[in-house]
Amino acid sequence: MAFLSVPPFESFYEQHRDAVLGELRRLLGRERAEDAYQETFLKALRAYGSLRNADNLRAWVMTIARRVAVDQLRRREASPPDPEPAVDSRPAYAELGELADDLPRKERAAVVLRYGYDLSYAAIGAALGSSEDAARQAASSGVRRLRRRMQ
Amino acid sequence: MTVSPALDNRFREAAAAAGLLDVAYDLTDSPIGTLLLATTDRGLCRISFDPQPDREAEWLARTFGVRVLRATKPVEPVRRQLNEYFEATRTLFELPVDLRQSAPFSREILERLARVPHGETTTYGALARAAGRPQAARAVGTVMNRNPIPIVLPCHRVVGANGSLVGYAGGLERKEQLLKLEGALDNTLL
Repeated sequence: MAFLSVPPFESFYEQHRDAVLGELRRLLGRERAEDAYQETFLKALRAYGSLRNADNLRAWVMTIARRVAVDQLRRREASPPDPEPAVDSRPAYAELGELADDLPRKERAAVVLRYGYDLSYAAIGAALGSSEDAARQAASSGVRRLRRRMQ
Repeated sequence: MTVSPALDNRFREAAAAAGLLDVAYDLTDSPIGTLLLATTDRGLCRISFDPQPDREAEWLARTFGVRVLRATKPVEPVRRQLNEYFEATRTLFELPVDLRQSAPFSREILERLARVPHGETTTYGALARAAGRPQAARAVGTVMNRNPIPIVLPCHRVVGANGSLVGYAGGLERKEQLLKLEGALDNTLL
């Protein structure tokens, strides 16, 4: 059995989620904080497995949260939000996972996270370890593939 | 600032859907008490009785990786099949299992155990003989006692040579309940 350098993610998450949401609301307001919350914890989760020690986990996750908030503020200033790719009829949430089952892994995750869980492309990028643009690309090529298949 | 259940769930399920978890677990009710169910990307890795989620999460993190999170969806097939089993509409589990943490001897015994059919029992000695280790009945008992996935890997179907129930990590009462449910209790001397 391995020595645990950090607590299980579950206890880390339970311990810091309220503080993270509080900080994000302060920086971004109530609505936008929710999206940044997903992005923050998906980023933290991606990086969590390679943390070497449990010192200052609070400071660590707050740094991620603040960076996410700053990025989000910058994005809003720089450009108006992109229009959503037009999806004629969004597959119902329950069917989506199954429908997308044999898409390439990244496309599947992007499609499910976007249309099943309503995550922003920034948050999906955080989950996939890629940029917001790459996440948007993956979702739209996944949707195109699904459409071709359904025709 | 309290995170709403909706926001919280959205994160948990998104984390699982993105494939970022080493282990997803959840609690479920059953006629033999609350069970904790845990899965990895390879399959079901843990069922525990009377779970203390914090301690279980620690064990799961040590064994499979620290990215352990409670999430409903990944354990859904397990929950469904267990419900069917307890409603007596299922006699065979069709679930991949992840035994990577078990030593080779344990794994071999557990894989043989998985083939003991619903409604039947076997003995510690018979399992040992089947594995080519006729002297190892006691070691088989230890493997049963540490079975990470009880119910699905049916260690409750293993009894003493004289038909006595012997022991069960979840308590003898549960072993009896499971065998009764399966209609296997008549074959054993109580």
